[in-house]
Amino acid sequence: MSENNVVSTSSEVTSTPQTGNTIDVTNLKMYFPIRRGLLKFKVGDVKAIDDISFSIKPGETLGLVGESGCGKTTVGRCILRMYEPTSGSVVFNGRDITHDKQSQLRSVRRDMAIIFQDPYGSLDPRMSAGNTVGEPLKIHKLTKTKKEYKERVEELFILCGLNPDMSDRYPHEFSGGQRQRLSIARALAGDPSLIVCDEPISALDVSMQAQILNLLTTMKEKNNKMSYLFISHDLLAVQYISDRVVVMYLGRIVETAPSVELYANTRHPYSQALLSAQPMPDPVAEETRQRIILEGDIPTPLNPPPGCSFHPRCTKATKECSEVPPPLRDIGGEHFVACHHA
Amino acid sequence: MERLLTVKGLTTEFRTERGIVKAVNNVSYHIDGGEILGIVGESGCGKSVSQLSLMQLVQSPPGRIVAGSAEFNGVDLLKYGRKSKEMSSIRGKDMSMIFQEPMTSLNPAMNIGKQMSEVLITHLGTTVAEAMERSADMLSQVGIPDATKRLKDYPHQFSGGMRQRVMIAMAMLCTPKLLIADEATTALDATIQAQLLELLYEIVNKYNLALTMVTHNLGVVARYADRVNVMYAGRIIETGTTKEIWANPLHPYTEGLISCVPKLGQKLEAIQGMPPALIDRPPTCPFLARCKYRQSECHKEPVAELTPVDGQHATACNVRLKEAGVA
Repeated sequence: MSENNVVSTSSEVTSTPQTGNTIDVTNLKMYFPIRRGLLKFKVGDVKAIDDISFSIKPGETLGLVGESGCGKTTVGRCILRMYEPTSGSVVFNGRDITHDKQSQLRSVRRDMAIIFQDPYGSLDPRMSAGNTVGEPLKIHKLTKTKKEYKERVEELFILCGLNPDMSDRYPHEFSGGQRQRLSIARALAGDPSLIVCDEPISALDVSMQAQILNLLTTMKEKNNKMSYLFISHDLLAVQYISDRVVVMYLGRIVETAPSVELYANTRHPYSQALLSAQPMPDPVAEETRQRIILEGDIPTPLNPPPGCSFHPRCTKATKECSEVPPPLRDIGGEHFVACHHA
Repeated sequence: MERLLTVKGLTTEFRTERGIVKAVNNVSYHIDGGEILGIVGESGCGKSVSQLSLMQLVQSPPGRIVAGSAEFNGVDLLKYGRKSKEMSSIRGKDMSMIFQEPMTSLNPAMNIGKQMSEVLITHLGTTVAEAMERSADMLSQVGIPDATKRLKDYPHQFSGGMRQRVMIAMAMLCTPKLLIADEATTALDATIQAQLLELLYEIVNKYNLALTMVTHNLGVVARYADRVNVMYAGRIIETGTTKEIWANPLHPYTEGLISCVPKLGQKLEAIQGMPPALIDRPPTCPFLARCKYRQSECHKEPVAELTPVDGQHATACNVRLKEAGVA
């Protein structure tokens, strides 16, 4: 992947500006090489993330929406340095972690956590619930005595609405919603300043989704310095929990604005279509609401269309759109949009 | 409109090592020709199993339909055996089903043309050439470009949305009277989901079919369904027209379900607790443990039958029925 590093020679990458933000992502790119043949020559790149920048302030919840393949999960993983970005920089609490080695990252990782979508696949089936939640405490040596450890695990269980008596049970004995509570308890163990929530409610039933959303909100009320990156395709959930929302399409940010502004004043044709595609649970409003139905499928990120990558499906597309990629423009009120016509 | 399907007292059980699971418990409902019925509920509430029971597709053992009748077009479907000739001639012809996972419902080793024409050849006895022609025509009706060429393609050569279009086309080949869409768009992206729902709605209106939409997405039901059955722990606990149910939910579970969906500027009200286990359930109301309106009598009385309160609007909540002066 090093061949792509030439792009980022600007000073922003080497110096770390003190912005006071929890996360500063600048010109981040993540390309996955495609190798073919016996000698595994590189024949191309999947541009999972193509030049995106954003930041998250302490105590802020940033919602990240988009359809499958738009790169939203990759963004979360780059921030946590589960992937090493191709270029650009990730600054976490004032420290540039873009190219840190795994050993250097250990101290940083205490401060960040992730909650995955699939509560069945993300917990070790052979580790009891108590150990699952307590493992970060042991790894980062956060508790001194056994008694303290036990108390802290118990506290985390109660905090997340689980009965501490269940700490000897194994993941298969829990329901999906309870497992997600376990994941949250584990994520909270190190008292992190950032939790990446990667589709945390998508695999759950409606009544469980509401419980988990409420739990996440309560946790933030208790620690107002903690930030969330909330990745989801459920626009209603994102709207509910986020302060600011980023909409992604094929590896690029197409629109970003404070949550209220974005939903009230949607400017990018893709965001408009995405919002309109979401069925609203209200039969009276639905009767009169006109939906924008997009034509066609999402193109593959292997070979994205030139110019604005949304132009083949866009109703407003002109010749310009198929040639010049639109820059992310400031249209006032912290609202940015990448469209020639918005 | 004429009555198309009348289900009465449908009960389906699964025998497991730990006991008998009543997945569908005394379910009665009906659907008229040209009507869209939504069935909502959470996982394990029996919404899919009730539909599979009608199609006689419940795996047996462990599954078994133990009681009930389902009069469809004047015949009782549940009288026929699973593998009977009568059932095979109804399935896919008068009644078709679209499943959630198009990749597992399509045969990966057979091209689309062959899979589709098979339906026509079996049910209507058409020639291969005619079947191919009609398949291509149906594919273009569901919005697949270059339909004749694509008949030679295999399922993996289609995207998720396109595969689900193929499923819809296949279900529509014999112009059934009743279409059952079991979470048909759940696995798809939002914009693709919207495309397919609009397509399904268009087709249903064009051919004047009855559609049963099984889903957990309340938004989908609110937009498309004329009537809704709300299911919980194997029972229908409320039924009525979509507007009635949203304007005035009678059962506490329905009320909770509607308020569980995030709305702008409102605190989210979650239903506490979890759905009950279905093994050896007591005869009391299954929602009892999670209900915020429960009264002391609820612990003693058996769960109410689905009783109409106002026209078509019926509920199975003892407390609400008493308030309405019905029970």
